[in-house]
Amino acid sequence: MTTVEDLAGHFGPYGGRFVPEALIGALEELDAARIKAQTDPTFIAELAELHRTYTGRPSIITDAKRFAEHAGGARIILKREDLNHTGSHKINNVLGQALLTKRMGKKRIIAETGAGQHGVAAATAAALMGLECDVYMGEEDTKRQSLNVARMKLLGAEVIPVTSGSKTLKDAINEAMRDWVTNVETTHYLLGTVAGPHPFPSMVRDFHKIIGEESREQVLALTGRLPDAVLACVGGGSNAIGIFHRFISDPSVRLIGLEAAGDGIETGRHAASISGGSPGVLHGNRTYVLQDENGQTIESHSISAGLDYPGVGPEHAYLHDIGRAEYRGITDAQAMHAFALLSKTEGIIPAIETAHALAGAIQVGNELGPDSIILINLSGRGDKDVQTAAHYFGIPL
Amino acid sequence: MATALDDLFVKVRSENRAALIAYIPAGFPSIEGCKKVIKAFVDGGVDAIEIGFPYSDPVMDGPTIQAAADQSLSQGTGAGEVFDALKTASGLGVAAVVMTYWNPIEKYGVEKFAQAIVDNGGSGVITPDLTIEESGTWKAAVAKTGINPIYVVAPSTTEARLPMVTSQCGGFVYAASLMGVTGTRTSVSSGAPDLVARIRTTTGLPVSVGLGVSTREQAKGVAGYADGVIVGSAFIKAIQDAPDEESGLTAVRELASELAKGVREGR
Repeated sequence: MTTVEDLAGHFGPYGGRFVPEALIGALEELDAARIKAQTDPTFIAELAELHRTYTGRPSIITDAKRFAEHAGGARIILKREDLNHTGSHKINNVLGQALLTKRMGKKRIIAETGAGQHGVAAATAAALMGLECDVYMGEEDTKRQSLNVARMKLLGAEVIPVTSGSKTLKDAINEAMRDWVTNVETTHYLLGTVAGPHPFPSMVRDFHKIIGEESREQVLALTGRLPDAVLACVGGGSNAIGIFHRFISDPSVRLIGLEAAGDGIETGRHAASISGGSPGVLHGNRTYVLQDENGQTIESHSISAGLDYPGVGPEHAYLHDIGRAEYRGITDAQAMHAFALLSKTEGIIPAIETAHALAGAIQVGNELGPDSIILINLSGRGDKDVQTAAHYFGIPL
Repeated sequence: MATALDDLFVKVRSENRAALIAYIPAGFPSIEGCKKVIKAFVDGGVDAIEIGFPYSDPVMDGPTIQAAADQSLSQGTGAGEVFDALKTASGLGVAAVVMTYWNPIEKYGVEKFAQAIVDNGGSGVITPDLTIEESGTWKAAVAKTGINPIYVVAPSTTEARLPMVTSQCGGFVYAASLMGVTGTRTSVSSGAPDLVARIRTTTGLPVSVGLGVSTREQAKGVAGYADGVIVGSAFIKAIQDAPDEESGLTAVRELASELAKGVREGR
């Protein structure tokens, strides 16, 4: 079992397509293009060459021995997606989708971004491939992440501040969808996570599953066996599904997703859609959603802008319901503790998103003990978070 | 059994004109104010009313309706207020439907929602983000309650797909005049007559055109080829631009009466 969805993108009761009719044509065109590309040797070779000479793949794994002392002595292995060009796993997806954009004959991409990581990656791919690029970003986020706004502009993209709704990531997605409805003939919507209408959850997963494929081989070569658990942080869930997917058919491997519990799930101020939400429809698919009794989306809260999203990819919703993956909440405080710990024990400053997975590793390592092996997707580096972290820890800037 | 909406289209066909359909989100400009707007619609000569269920993430809507939905939500509008507004409209003797994104229906309970439409005198529901592929539970609820399921088709809907959508519609087919979101525009898309003609090759149902209609001249133009003319953002703008509630209601009544003339001048 490696592919669980049906041809219409249903993962059990989740996924599917809840969009204006105007987008159906474009989604069908995209689905046809990505299915064709999957078996096209030219496309496969082109993407592999880009990953080798541009992304920096395969990314290495690192045995985090000093960090492991704080995680029950379990063997902690980090998959270093932070070393990719642009500093996170996001580049895997944008290069794939940008290549598809060119194959579909479209000249313009649009993207949404929260913290700016996906926006920077999309702007990078657009620069590399000569595509026009407009990035929608909540007005609040453009203020909080001004450095990434500048990066996108340096890369030649336009950044469009979104002033509707809560002025954050979910509203940036709404605005990108509105642009797409209007300009669908010339424009590809380069969605940044495993959510949205079919085929996005399947397609984005397929561009990220290389993370699990590489690391499964690397861990086997290093340790001679499969890990006991694979951990990743979950916002929309793209880095998590990327590392989980190859392991789904390995029943001995536990898959554990760490959601952002913010101030604590019980406070209501969190972004843990599976642990603290309920099934509903948001942004074109059925999944777990933070919503009120009228089906209105509730604003999410997390110190990590990249996890600050009130939904989650439908494949995660399904893996949760069938019990194949577990999802736990990690609070801001737990994540920041792990952030500091990895920095000081391994000399690696992780993204705050990723720090949620590291906090999970401290828990799971203590549960499983010294003979266990835990693989963690180190999905991004923390340069972008230095200001937030300095503020959190009271370091004067 | 025929709904009030079905009866309306029989009537306007016999009068050789188009129907005027007006949109207002429940709870806008306020929960009580919305009911006054509904009354102003009817006084101005509107034939049918769409009550919008304000939603936090309305991807089909432009800035005007988004702002109205936000204003409504901030006053606590929920399903109860939507059905109240529906009842107000149907109580005034016009055909009334709800327009809503899918999640509020799913959250309320699909069959329960359809039944609440009937219980409040409504004729049907417009579902702008429910694709026919995902419509299984809705189809069952519609069949059980006899309400009109109104789906939206777009200029990009292919020949192959068009009959699949229109064969599931009841009441009328909602033709989105252009590729884009709701809002007023200086002219109605030239693609609209073509889309309506394509729809008519697949169904005998009435066809109503929405997106971008705001003036008597535009209503007249659309009434030349469509059975219904849908106006939303122009009414909301009239309310937003008015200095106070009373002048807003007057503006709504006057715009409705202009548009009502337009839908009678098209043929």
